[in-house]
Amino acid sequence: MKEFLEGSMAVARTVQLCKPGVISAYPITPQTHIVEELAQMVADGHLNAEFVNVESEHSAASVVLGALAAGVRAYTATSSQGLLLMSEVIFNIAGMRLPLVLTDANRAISAPINIWNDQQDTVSLRDAGWVQLYVENLQETVDFHIMAYKLAEDKNIMLPVMVCMDGFILTHGIESVDMPSQEQVDKFLPPYKALYKLDVDNPMTLGPLADPDYYTEARYAIQETQKKVLEVIPRLTADFARAFGRTYNGLIEEYHTKDAERVIVAMGSVCGSIKDVVDELRSKGKKVGLLKIVSYRPFPAQEIYDALKNVSKVGVVDRAVSLGSFAPLASEIKATFFGKKKKPDTISSFVVGLGGRDITKDSIKEIFRMLTQKEKTGEFIDLKPELLKENYE
Amino acid sequence: MKEIRIHARAGQGAITTATLLGNAYFQKGMYPYAFPHFGAARMGAPMNAFVRVDSVPVRLRSQIYEPDYLIIVDATLMRGFNCFSGLQENGIAIINHREGVEVPKVGARQKTYVVPANDIAMKTIGRPLGNTALLGAFCAATGDLDLDSLNVAIKKRFAGKAQEGNLEAIKLGYAFVNDLKKSTT
Repeated sequence: MKEFLEGSMAVARTVQLCKPGVISAYPITPQTHIVEELAQMVADGHLNAEFVNVESEHSAASVVLGALAAGVRAYTATSSQGLLLMSEVIFNIAGMRLPLVLTDANRAISAPINIWNDQQDTVSLRDAGWVQLYVENLQETVDFHIMAYKLAEDKNIMLPVMVCMDGFILTHGIESVDMPSQEQVDKFLPPYKALYKLDVDNPMTLGPLADPDYYTEARYAIQETQKKVLEVIPRLTADFARAFGRTYNGLIEEYHTKDAERVIVAMGSVCGSIKDVVDELRSKGKKVGLLKIVSYRPFPAQEIYDALKNVSKVGVVDRAVSLGSFAPLASEIKATFFGKKKKPDTISSFVVGLGGRDITKDSIKEIFRMLTQKEKTGEFIDLKPELLKENYE
Repeated sequence: MKEIRIHARAGQGAITTATLLGNAYFQKGMYPYAFPHFGAARMGAPMNAFVRVDSVPVRLRSQIYEPDYLIIVDATLMRGFNCFSGLQENGIAIINHREGVEVPKVGARQKTYVVPANDIAMKTIGRPLGNTALLGAFCAATGDLDLDSLNVAIKKRFAGKAQEGNLEAIKLGYAFVNDLKKSTT
């Protein structure tokens, strides 16, 4: 049924439909509404789960790790500094092959402290072994959470999934969402049955010491599974379409890329704004398009290659920086085309919308305009040079 | 597409206002996107909430710089800050009356309605929260929404006495602007 819902509420309601047995989280802006709502549901008896209050995100992540190790479906949500504080456990959860679903309300990283939206937090944890999915709007947010559980718990996958939603823009944004029914979700997502779990009658250990004779294979196995995820996601989205009537690609989304001369590559909610600009420029006869990356991990290099190989000018929008190097998404798009015969003439890189700096239509038009020029590397859009002057005398 | 910008201080109910307004449009089968932008993220700090609404799903996620409509919940914000920045040439502003705060001169085709929303709220809700009276005024001033849609939104948000009071507040806000319109034409 279509409802007018706040993003955080939509996430909480979706998690409720997915019936986790254990939820543990520590509140942090702009994630707070999600876990507040879930805590309320548990307290009111509307969700049969244990909500474990903890003193930090490190503990929250440890609690859900423990729950999954004991064979129980679990959920947590965090943001920014919270995700960083979890990071040690984040790597462990993937290493132990535990199918956690985590929502990150994408937010900038300190210092300076900033509560607003960019994607530095999750992008910084891209190497942790998790699947990372970036959503554009609230309908996708709801739908990809449901798919996230099914993907994570797939016996051939058994990897945690991070659903990355832009803080405030989506967490605090309110729009029309078609909420699935409990029957639909129950049919699509059967109860979780762990392949392996901590059980006193059948003792085993998880995450033990793996010496040099074993460690490499554990990492290799995750790497191979990540490749398998690229095959599983299209089947998953097809199943989802049959069950819920909404169709997604799940890896990438192409918007007017087929005949485009200039294409912007981006992730998350900014893709909506870019689509509006694409329509506007198309109505003036400009051949422009958008390539939205949904799955950042695993990185769908083949799909990206196919989508961009005939495009002349590509501009990659990063909402994060790899300080001291190339912008993260841009370097991977470039790597995709290294040594290939068919490739864009230029792949420019833009750093946009850090710490909540608004990305306007004009910002996006400026990027399309700059794509007519020579290749740009890590160009900061909407930079204020007057703020860069220093005087310590 | 219509764009609405709400000026308030954190804690004055701007998000609730945007939610109610968005929900009223939603009841009409439109696609609203309501969202806040916090400044200092402290109670009392100036902040904005926005509603962008269209007959198709809204995709644009930027803030609103050239609004069709303004709702100014706290008129003291007009001191030293141009709340009218970017208002469309034929834009409409709904302002919560505040003793001693002057409303700036606007363009020939722009309209401003100063509504004693807090007085209405004191009478109907018993607290100086003029937001819903302003929304009633918004319906009369813009003609975009009828009170029925807003009524549904209020009923979904409030229960019991609060619901009664707010339903009365939107009615009085609506009537105030209607009377103002009649007396000027």
